[in-house]
Amino acid sequence: MSLTDILSMSQTSLELGLVASLTVLALFLSYSMLNVCDLSTDGCYTLGAVVGAVVALSGHPWLSIPAAMGAGMLSGLVTAVLQTRMGVQSLLAGIVVNTGLYSVNMAISGNKAQLNLNKIPTVFSMAKDLLKDTPLGAYSKLLVLALAALLVILFLSFFLKTRLGLAIHATGSNADMVRSSSINPAFTTTVGLCISNSFTALSGCLMAQQQKSFDINIGSGMLTVALASLLIGGIFTARRSIPVRALGCVLGAFIFRMVYAIALRMNMPAFMLKAVSSAIVVLAISGPYLVAQGKLLRRRMAARRERGRFHA
Amino acid sequence: MLELHDLTKTFNPGTADAKLALDHLSLEVRDGDFISIIGANGAGKSTLFNAICGSFFTDVGNILLDGEDITMVPEHRRARVIGRLFQDPMRGSAPDMSIEENLALASGGRGWLGRVGRADRRAFRDRLALLGMGLEDRMRQPVGLLSGGQRQALTLLMATYRPPKVLLLDEHTAALDPGTAEKVLTLTRQIVAQDHLTCLMITHNMQSALELGNRTIMMHQGRVIYDVEGEERKSLTIRDLTDRFRTAAGRELNNDRMLLS
Repeated sequence: MSLTDILSMSQTSLELGLVASLTVLALFLSYSMLNVCDLSTDGCYTLGAVVGAVVALSGHPWLSIPAAMGAGMLSGLVTAVLQTRMGVQSLLAGIVVNTGLYSVNMAISGNKAQLNLNKIPTVFSMAKDLLKDTPLGAYSKLLVLALAALLVILFLSFFLKTRLGLAIHATGSNADMVRSSSINPAFTTTVGLCISNSFTALSGCLMAQQQKSFDINIGSGMLTVALASLLIGGIFTARRSIPVRALGCVLGAFIFRMVYAIALRMNMPAFMLKAVSSAIVVLAISGPYLVAQGKLLRRRMAARRERGRFHA
Repeated sequence: MLELHDLTKTFNPGTADAKLALDHLSLEVRDGDFISIIGANGAGKSTLFNAICGSFFTDVGNILLDGEDITMVPEHRRARVIGRLFQDPMRGSAPDMSIEENLALASGGRGWLGRVGRADRRAFRDRLALLGMGLEDRMRQPVGLLSGGQRQALTLLMATYRPPKVLLLDEHTAALDPGTAEKVLTLTRQIVAQDHLTCLMITHNMQSALELGNRTIMMHQGRVIYDVEGEERKSLTIRDLTDRFRTAAGRELNNDRMLLS
């Protein structure tokens, strides 16, 4: 592996990491703050991709962004209403919406499993044209993505300090306490899921345009990949302030992509991506548990050794 | 000011486990009352608080607060005027968030997009200093790091930050060690006196049931079986209370945590 290899690899990793980081930031809000594991993430990512692609195909690349985010918000609203107003369990609400979204996404794409965005202007090609004569021209893609991630981080850093943001955080920490502060946890859950899903959809929208194609399976496994990135980022930024933890999400997404790229170079087949992300999630979540179990096992063995002294 | 009329609640109705937890209970709480509530396990004391808070809606009966019927008002909306502390000190605050953030939510106001400003921070500091626990210097620390007593004191502060019309204390010192319990109880007395709060307190400590407040009620099987105040209450001893219970309930007053001395 030469240096240029690594550099080009890290630029691609950075780009893909930045796209994915938007979904990671969405999970930071829903999973870390609201304590809801939003299983509609895959479908919502695809929804953002297809809505963005269709709007871009109709000749409005810039409009694709608010359109995708709006669609994501709507999807989040449905998930939230199911779990807060209709008695559907949180996980089930996500699964049901995720399943339903497949049909919705197919309907939006006009019953096509793929859409080709090669010949049309996208936000990236527009940005490239805009920066054509400046020294930044070569990095236009990276700039668009970095700007998107930065805006989302700034938004979250500000938002989570507001009363509404604090209430969303508290809902995930102690819903009883939210209620006794005269705030309805159903409301905070709804707002939180709407916002987080709008970021997930934005992520999908930018992904499709970055790849210049939409595929109905573009979002499959996204939740696990993003969760893995979130947990990797959390290793470095646990217990830190919100802006630092949000930055950690981007870092986590980048590290995940980098590790994946290196693994590909070492001839890991591409289809292993999902298995790797699953393994990372399991490892990150059950790691501390297994360490504790290991300590318990040692204690048990020590107790057994000591027993001899009393039964002599 | 708080009127409970004919409150009835059955859990698991129509099943073998059906339990009549509140049995046509009526009670009139006057403005400024500090009522201590005693009774055996399962008498319906906490159920009564749940009904007042709106944790569930009663099957029958009405709850009026300052003349307004709140029988069907949802819990979070009642919380604006009804403060509550539980026995479990962990229930009243969000462990992942800092003391400051917890207080910010409890103090209310400023609108949804308002942020904690310097003036708020100063106000929080002053209030925390009143607890005498040094929490004012730890405002950025997560609440999860505090001890049970500190968390209960913080919860007390949060529940009364905007003085509620009614404060419900559900054995709020029972899970604390004796020294801390005493301290939290003293703070409670101070805050209740200072804000002239109307207060209902469940206790298993017969001594403090008689010492604290101006009125004592005894509950049994979802009903109020004894309601005493004034001169009669002043001359009452713990022995009188247990005798009272035996006469009214037809059995011994036994509560596995009851402190008779």
